[in-house]
Amino acid sequence: MTAPTRPDLHTPHDLLDAIGGVPVPSGDVVVQATDVHKWFGRLHVLKGVELTVKRQEVVVLIGPSGSGKTTFLRCINHLERIQQGRIFVNGHLIGYRDVDGRLVEDKERSIARQRSQIGMVFQRFNLFPHLTALQNVTEAPIQVRGEDAERAREVGVTLLERVGLGAKVDAYPAQLSGGQQQRVAIARALAMKPALILFDEPTSALDPEMIGEVLDVMRELAREGMTMIVVSHEMGFAREVADRVVMMDEGIILEEGTPEELFAGGRHERTQAFLSKIL
Amino acid sequence: MRLRTRLAPRLAGFVVLAALLGGCAPSSYPYRWNIFVDSIFRPDALILSGLALTVSISVISQLIGVALGIFGAVGRLSRLRPIRWLATFYVWFFRGTPLLVQIMLIFFGLGVTRIYGWPDFAIGPIPVSGAVQAGIVALGLNEGAYMTEIVRAGILAIDPGQMEAAKALGMTYGKAMRRIVLPQAARVIVPPLGNEFNNMLKTTSLLVVISVPELFVIFSRKNASGSTVFHPLELFLAAAVWYLLLTTAWSIVQYFIERRLGRGVAGAAMAGPSLRERLAGFRLGSSSTGGR
Repeated sequence: MTAPTRPDLHTPHDLLDAIGGVPVPSGDVVVQATDVHKWFGRLHVLKGVELTVKRQEVVVLIGPSGSGKTTFLRCINHLERIQQGRIFVNGHLIGYRDVDGRLVEDKERSIARQRSQIGMVFQRFNLFPHLTALQNVTEAPIQVRGEDAERAREVGVTLLERVGLGAKVDAYPAQLSGGQQQRVAIARALAMKPALILFDEPTSALDPEMIGEVLDVMRELAREGMTMIVVSHEMGFAREVADRVVMMDEGIILEEGTPEELFAGGRHERTQAFLSKIL
Repeated sequence: MRLRTRLAPRLAGFVVLAALLGGCAPSSYPYRWNIFVDSIFRPDALILSGLALTVSISVISQLIGVALGIFGAVGRLSRLRPIRWLATFYVWFFRGTPLLVQIMLIFFGLGVTRIYGWPDFAIGPIPVSGAVQAGIVALGLNEGAYMTEIVRAGILAIDPGQMEAAKALGMTYGKAMRRIVLPQAARVIVPPLGNEFNNMLKTTSLLVVISVPELFVIFSRKNASGSTVFHPLELFLAAAVWYLLLTTAWSIVQYFIERRLGRGVAGAAMAGPSLRERLAGFRLGSSSTGGR
């Protein structure tokens, strides 16, 4: 994998500019997952997932439903527990302490602190319906990071403007379309200055005419150098934006490669079968 | 003003009903309707103090109930088994035994055994008798059990995605609960909470068993002695009117609280019963069922 190059970092509507540029993690590797196993009861859903994501890389996870891609994504910020393996984000073991090789779940506060550095965008937006768009964006910076409310509001307004919602600052989620809600959700994740953003099928719950506006924002983020892991069925987006496409099936990573490599057919029959169905 | 026009016929209805009762019944009961009228339009200091006590006890007990309910609900949903057991036992006990028994246990039961003697005290210039304290504690504990279930249902009604989104942003469980889940649950909780408080206003009358001089006890005493002795029809009709005034005033307050909590939810303000429906206690005709 070559380190991604981004010749066009400066665009008229810099998103990361609003939060003070690309958050710089310590190393070059943002996510490192080794031998990740997860069981739901007796169901073995992740069977030794290995993945390394470098700084400023955009990785798109694809695969049939039930292949474990969403579950794996949720393990990265410890919304799901794992039973075996290690996930490191910026060099920190996520969710656990390593006690003589055993995983012992971390204290709630340390988990919360780790999560605050990992953005997440959900399929169903999960905006806070009792808060305005701006309050959705400023809630965590004020409550979690302890930022000054006035400063958080300034950043929040700027972020909402940059995702094209400058006029909707005081709107409640119920007054926004799906596409607008998802853009607020992206601004909300960005406001925490995350080192990484996880996207869990961010366009699957959207009407077709709204998918474009959300992908535009994500495309822009990618161009500006945000590290992103995206579970998506948007193959056009993957082809255009992804540095790497990772094909998951039955709880393992079947293969990975550049979009060109994979969409040319991939090595595995299953990849070919899957791609032939959705392309 | 709709309120005035709505209340007037109801009060009038009472008088008519009473008059009909009086006119039809072949008895020699010496009606003294001035007792009824005076008790309402020229209440003496006793009635006013009883009223004040009823309202104060209701408000404080309900506040205790809500606080206990929030803790109880979080306890019942806790991951820690002993806390879950404790909360479940609390609800089981206080919902499963008569409030009268609880009042007697808490006031006399704790009193005679010297576990807690309920000494009188004063908050500033306001004396608070031991019986009043015990009454508030009993009503609050009892209410807390019911509120636990109401709050729990409210929390469970909130999409788990809300807790997840809050956690993903780095909030702890407690912070996510306080800032994200409970404020949303409040909208679900407030309608039944309103009913609970309506009940509370009336249930305070059970404190008669420990002689707390609230509204009902005042009217009972008026019926038992003094210039108004043995005029139960006039006296208790007046008591009924006072309770109705309290509960009606509350339902108006509740309407505005619910309307305010509906912010941010499309159609929420429209979905609840209108003020008129709330005061009548039911929805009228087809006009209120369709297209609103």
